[in-house]
Amino acid sequence: MKQQSESRVHQRFLRHSKKFPNVWCAGCGIGIVLGAIIRAVDTLELDKNDVAMISGIGCTGRMPVYVDFNTMHTTHGRALAFATGLKMVKPKMRVIVVMGDGDALAIGGNHFIHAARRNIGLTAIVVNNSAYGMTGGQHSPTTPWGIETATTPYGHIEQQFPIAELAATAGASFVARSTVYHVRELERYLEQAITRDGFALVEAISYCHTTLGRINRWGTASDMMRQIKEKSVTLAQVEKMSPDEKQNKIVRGVFADRDTPEYTQLYDQIIERAQQGQAND
Amino acid sequence: MSARLMQGDEACAEAALAAGCRFFAGYPITPATEIAETLSRRLPQVGGKFIQMEDEIASIAAVIGASVGGAKAMTATSGPGFSLMQENIGYAAMTEIPCVIVDVQRLGPSTGRPTSPSQGDVMQARWGTHGDHPIIALSPSSVREVFDLTVQAFNFAERYRTPVIMLMDELVGHMRERIVLPEFESLELEKRTDTRVPPEWYKPFENSPEGPNINVPPLVPFGEGYRYHITGLHHDERGYPTNRLDEIQPWIDRIFRKIDRSLSDILLYEADSIEDADTLVIAYGGTARAARHAVKMARERGRRVGFLHLKTIWPFAEEVVQSAAARLHHVVVPELNRGQLVLEIERVVGRQKVRSVNRADGEMIRPAEILAAIEDLEGAI
Repeated sequence: MKQQSESRVHQRFLRHSKKFPNVWCAGCGIGIVLGAIIRAVDTLELDKNDVAMISGIGCTGRMPVYVDFNTMHTTHGRALAFATGLKMVKPKMRVIVVMGDGDALAIGGNHFIHAARRNIGLTAIVVNNSAYGMTGGQHSPTTPWGIETATTPYGHIEQQFPIAELAATAGASFVARSTVYHVRELERYLEQAITRDGFALVEAISYCHTTLGRINRWGTASDMMRQIKEKSVTLAQVEKMSPDEKQNKIVRGVFADRDTPEYTQLYDQIIERAQQGQAND
Repeated sequence: MSARLMQGDEACAEAALAAGCRFFAGYPITPATEIAETLSRRLPQVGGKFIQMEDEIASIAAVIGASVGGAKAMTATSGPGFSLMQENIGYAAMTEIPCVIVDVQRLGPSTGRPTSPSQGDVMQARWGTHGDHPIIALSPSSVREVFDLTVQAFNFAERYRTPVIMLMDELVGHMRERIVLPEFESLELEKRTDTRVPPEWYKPFENSPEGPNINVPPLVPFGEGYRYHITGLHHDERGYPTNRLDEIQPWIDRIFRKIDRSLSDILLYEADSIEDADTLVIAYGGTARAARHAVKMARERGRRVGFLHLKTIWPFAEEVVQSAAARLHHVVVPELNRGQLVLEIERVVGRQKVRSVNRADGEMIRPAEILAAIEDLEGAI
C-alpha cells in the first residue's frame, strides 16, 4: 500500500520526457537521496513552481534534470553562488542545492563556508561518498585517511573535512547528518532543512561501490550499505563513547538548530533603510 | 537633465540603473571598485539588490542566477577578476542567459599595474572562455559613452540572450568629465521577451527556423510556472542534455546566427573624414581620444587622414573596416597592448597597409606618437 503511494509521489515529481534511465550506476545511493528529497517536498505540500533545484558537476550534479522543478545544472563547485543570485531576486522560492563532496568542499569549498556564514535561505544537500565518482574514484576532501584511491595508489595522507561540523561552525542555521541507509531519518532532516528560513545543510553519507569500493575491495552496494549502517551512531550515543570507540564512526544527528536572521530578509531591511534616505550620501 | 561632473565608473553604475539593472554581484578590485560602491548605495534605493560575493567566480555565478530569476544583472571587475570569471561567462553563453560583465582593464599580466590603463583584455574578451561561442563586447572612450554603451550592453544582452562584455579601461573608468545625461524616460530599453505558449509547449532553446522568435527563443524566469532545465552540457530544445548530433548542430548554428544576422544592430562605430582620406586611423576605448586628436592635428597640417572609432569590438566590424580601408594606402592602429585588435584589422585589410602604435607599459599613447606614425607612413608613399 505504502509502496504504491510512494510510486505515485515519484511519478508526480519526476519528469516524464526523455531523460530515463538515469546516469547513475545500479545500486548508487544518489537515487535514494533524490527519493527522500521528493518525498520531503511532497510531505511539505510545496508548489513545484516555487521549488528550484540547482547543482554543480559530478554524479550528484545530474540530479536536477530528473525532477519537475525549476532546475539548473551549473559549473563545478559554483552551485551555491548561482543559487545565491536566484534566491536574492526570488526570495519566496525554495532553492534546493544538491552537491557531491568534491563539488561542495573542494572546488566549491569557499562558496560553501560563505553561503553558511551569510546564512542565506538555501537548502544545501551534500551527498558524501568520499570520492570523485564520475571521474573514477579519485580522493576528495572527505576521503578517509590511509585508503587507496585512483590518485592515492600508495595510500591517502590527508585529513577529512567534517562537512556538517564545518557548516555549523561557519554559521548555518540548521545542520544535520544522516545516511542513505537511514532514509526515513534523512527525509525528516530534509523536511526541517527545506522549511528553514536561513542556510540549512543536510549531509547524506553515501558510498561509491563502483570506484572506491572496487579499488579497496569493500564489496557490493549492499555490502557498503551494511558498512554504513554498522559504522553509524547517533550524537547521543557518541557522547558516551571513548576516543578509541569514536574512531571511524559516522555520527548522525542535528549539529545546529538556531534562529539566526536570514540574509534576504535582512536585505529587505536594507532596501527600507535606503528608501528612507538613510544611506550615507 | 542638468550637467554634472561624473566619473566613468559612476556613469556605468548609473546607466545600469537607468537600463533596468536590479541585481549586482561583485568583488572589490581596482579600478572597478567604484561601480560596486555606487551600486551598493543606489540599488536598494530603487528596490534592487547588491551583494558582495566571496570572489569573482561567485560574483558572475550569482549574476547568472539572478538573471535566471528574471532580473537584469551585472558584475564589474578588472583583469585578474575577469580571468576568474571566464568559465561562467562560457556558461552564460552556453545557456543563453543575459548578463553584463564590466571589465575595467588595467595593465597586466597578473597583478600588473592596478591603477594604470590598458587594452590588454581585447582577445580575452573574445576567447577567454573555452570552446566556440559568439560574444558581444563594447568599448567606450568617454564618460558619456560609458553611459550610452552600458545601456546598450543591457539591451543587447536581453535582445540576443547573451553575455555582453563592457570593455572599459582604467583611463575611462577613473576619468571625471562634465556630462549631460539623457532623460531616462527617453531611453529605449529592451524587455525580456515573454512566451505566448503554455508551459507544456515551451522550448527555452528552440531552434525554430521561422516565427516571431527566430534565433532568440524567449527566456521565462524561474518561478513563473514554466518548469524547465538549464545545463552547461550540450542540450536539446527543452534544455535536456543530449549527445545527438542532429540536436547539437542546430543549436551551434543558431547561437552564431543570432549574432551574425544582427550585425547592423550590434556594430556601433563612428567614421569621420574618411571620404577624401588616404590614411585611416582605427581606434577604440580610451585610446580613441588620443587618436581623434592626432587626426585633427594631421588635418591641420593638410594631411588627408580619416578616423574610424570602433565602439563594438566584438563581433569585429569586418565589413565596416574593409569598406572604409579598401581604397586607402595606410591604416594606423594605436592600442594599449602589444597588438591585439590590429590582428583582426590586418586579417581584413592586409598586413602591408597596417601600422601598429603600441604601448603596454601602463602609460597612455599620446596624440604626438600617433601623429608621428601617420607622418612616417605618408612620407613613405
